[in-house]
Amino acid sequence: MKTETKAVDINRSIGDFAYPEVHVRDAGAGLSEKTIHYISDVKEDPDWVREFRLRGLKTFLEKPLPTHWASKDLEAIDFDKIRYYLSPGTTAKRSWDEVPEDIKRTFERLGIPEQERKFLAGVEAQFDSEAVYSNIKKAVGEQGVIFVGSTEGLKNHPEIFRKWFGKVIPIGDNKFSALNSAVFSGGSFIYVPPGVKVKHPLQAYFRINAENFGQFERTLIIADEGSEVTYMEGCTAPKFNTTTLHSAVVELIALKGAKIQYITVQNWSSNVFNLVTKRGLAHEDAEIKWIDCNIGSRLTMKYPGVIMKGRKARGEVLSIALANDGQHQDTGAKMIHAADETTSNIISKSISIGKGRATYRGLVHVPKHLKNCKNNTECDALLINSTSRTDTYPAITVRGTGNAVQHEASVSQVSAEQIFYMQQRGLTKAQAMSLSVNGFVNDLVRQFPMEYSVELKRLIELEMEGSVG
Amino acid sequence: MPSVAHDETTAIGSVLSGPVESRDFPEWFREQQWDAWKQFASLPSPTRKDQAWRFANVGLLNLTPFKVGGTLPDMQRNAILEQSRGLDKVAARLIFAGDQLIERDVVSDQLKKRGVIFQPLERAMVEHRELFQKYFMSQPATLGSAKFAALHQALVSSGTFLYVPRGVEIELPIEIFHWLNGENASVFPHLLLVTDELAKVTVIEHFRSLDPQASGFACGVNDLIAGPGAKVTYICAQNWGTNVVALQMNSTIVDHDASAMSLNLHLGGKYSRFESLSRLIGEGGRSDLLAISVANGAQEFDARTLQDHVSPHTASDLLYKNALDHRARCTFGGLIRVEPHAHFTDAYQKVRNLLLSDDSEANSMPGLEILADNVRCTHGATSGQIDKDELFYLRTRGIPVPVAQRLIVTGFLNEVIQRLDHAAIADHLNRLIDEKFAKEY
Repeated sequence: MKTETKAVDINRSIGDFAYPEVHVRDAGAGLSEKTIHYISDVKEDPDWVREFRLRGLKTFLEKPLPTHWASKDLEAIDFDKIRYYLSPGTTAKRSWDEVPEDIKRTFERLGIPEQERKFLAGVEAQFDSEAVYSNIKKAVGEQGVIFVGSTEGLKNHPEIFRKWFGKVIPIGDNKFSALNSAVFSGGSFIYVPPGVKVKHPLQAYFRINAENFGQFERTLIIADEGSEVTYMEGCTAPKFNTTTLHSAVVELIALKGAKIQYITVQNWSSNVFNLVTKRGLAHEDAEIKWIDCNIGSRLTMKYPGVIMKGRKARGEVLSIALANDGQHQDTGAKMIHAADETTSNIISKSISIGKGRATYRGLVHVPKHLKNCKNNTECDALLINSTSRTDTYPAITVRGTGNAVQHEASVSQVSAEQIFYMQQRGLTKAQAMSLSVNGFVNDLVRQFPMEYSVELKRLIELEMEGSVG
Repeated sequence: MPSVAHDETTAIGSVLSGPVESRDFPEWFREQQWDAWKQFASLPSPTRKDQAWRFANVGLLNLTPFKVGGTLPDMQRNAILEQSRGLDKVAARLIFAGDQLIERDVVSDQLKKRGVIFQPLERAMVEHRELFQKYFMSQPATLGSAKFAALHQALVSSGTFLYVPRGVEIELPIEIFHWLNGENASVFPHLLLVTDELAKVTVIEHFRSLDPQASGFACGVNDLIAGPGAKVTYICAQNWGTNVVALQMNSTIVDHDASAMSLNLHLGGKYSRFESLSRLIGEGGRSDLLAISVANGAQEFDARTLQDHVSPHTASDLLYKNALDHRARCTFGGLIRVEPHAHFTDAYQKVRNLLLSDDSEANSMPGLEILADNVRCTHGATSGQIDKDELFYLRTRGIPVPVAQRLIVTGFLNEVIQRLDHAAIADHLNRLIDEKFAKEY
């Protein structure tokens, strides 16, 4: 729209609260070998994990910031000021009654209704770096599904954990995966046995609650042959004065014929650097689907990927990004075709409001001698204000004659006619705009599970408030 | 046909030994060359990690073997003159061999009287210093080759200066030949084209090697300036020998209501990189960027483009098509940039790769950076192969497979050529493409 209007931030006060910090263990600020040993000691890591962490640290220190292609804003992160590990000193809880009162209050504010809690298959909630509450519904447990914190996973199920840990995303994949490898704590470990179809989505909420404290969770999900699982991850964080770093690593492994769906709604407060590495490995006939919504944070860099290793494997990324004032959503997808007849689909929609910047960065790789691989990429960007910005940087490599790849992107505005029509029907301009934006993302949002699509629409409405007038 | 006297040939030196002192340039230009040389020396060599050189085989950019200068024996000179056949009807023509002007057909007296200037670069920098200084390499090379643009400036020894004054329309195309001659030879072609208000001109440049097997190096820069309301059409028919490493950096400035169209046909070279910058600086400006690459053997074509919309109400449209056979590689890195306040921009970008063999590789990086609103921007990149049904249909009509394939490929590429809407040039370009196919199949 022509008029330059100032985008007003949403009322952050909903998520803008903090409770007194009670951290029993704290590794202090800054990162050195001492920090690593401290974390390993506290977590009673086996030797191979300690070794893994140290290698992660070495790689992290060696690698430069990727500012030759990424945002210079990364230079604003002061790695010496970040506290890399702290834990409330509580061990994972099994029942709701054992959860500390103030953490319960946090969930209250996050708006998880009592009924929903019961409905959910299990809530693996991360409060700061340690899972403080973990409740797996009996039914899931009986099916043989393992759904625990990553620390517990590597202690109690080393035979599965070690086999896949760090295999999809090696330490040296990028600077931030190396950082995560060095200081990871928290996150989920899920194993679904062959043929088991988990009916309800497994869910985890993450929060950052200590100023200047980076959260480095590590999630590993393994779906054995023919199994199916959906995992949901949602984030909100209280507002801090100084920058906060969130750098997670998520690895998914779908064995033959398995299906994994991983859903994220990211709504960090707008001072958080959200630098996340997510990748899945799909074996024969397996399917991995990333559904990724980025609404919050100062800078998000996240490119969920799928390596299609087995014949007829399928990868999909559906992503929605909303960038408001002061935000840069640098998101995208990576599709690595490594077997015949693999197919992948990327659909990305971004909305830039005010001075927000949304970037799509994609990679599609089809090496030679593969037959009948197909990729479809669609990126649509919507610009709301004249100061909004959007970028698209795909990279597509295709070899050989047996494959088809297509990429399309468009940038547009909400059409003036549409708005006029709705205004004429008695809607305010803001309402009309909000409706149009919801229409723009609707076909994607519809694919989300119910509760997420409702939450998402609400979040978009909140962000749109005051952006037009 | 006035022939140009033999130039004093310079001693043979290495490309890497700096500007040639013996050339008869004005002092200020000489200084610029030395400054450029210093810049070349100080800038780092590109690596694959540079975003602007992603996917490029930078290992082919070793300049050590290449030489500057050299003599041109009469036999070769005559061979070049004889083979410099392009269009049947042209308004004027220049032929350069090893950066020496060896033949020149000037523009008609009538055009001259109306103020058209068509002369070698080294004369223009003396006789039309003001124009020359204003536009010669006035755009920084932002698409990755700043180092090679500096090398070009340091070593450029001749080239074409064409000025079309206000309201003058030159109907017939102007033709320029650049020849590489001899083993490890190098050339630094330059075209400085300035059009004033409402002027109209078409220029076609041919790049060729006398010995199709000789290795060589070409590093060219073109400055194309479309003044207000002007219409500039530029065609490049690149057909270097198979062992030539070529870099071409073109920048086009499109003023208000002007329209610029460029078509780059790339057939030759071992590694050929072409960078096209199109800056739309005035309302109503339009820029069409067209390119065709026919790649086979171990050829590598590397195209980088920037459609830079500076002013509101501008339009640009890019269509690049590549046909790849054998082990050939094509890379496209393009960006549409809509600067803040450049509202009401229409910008399109389309890249299509046709892969004809299992070992060919196409890399596409179509990009968008939009900092304004009320824009219409789309880009698309596709990679695919010959449609089996189409091939089958042609076979049922009794057309053998190789011929049918060639027909389909030519049809695929022809869409680009037709956009030119210039029958004589289209015929010539189609003939060049056919010749390349005839050699290979």
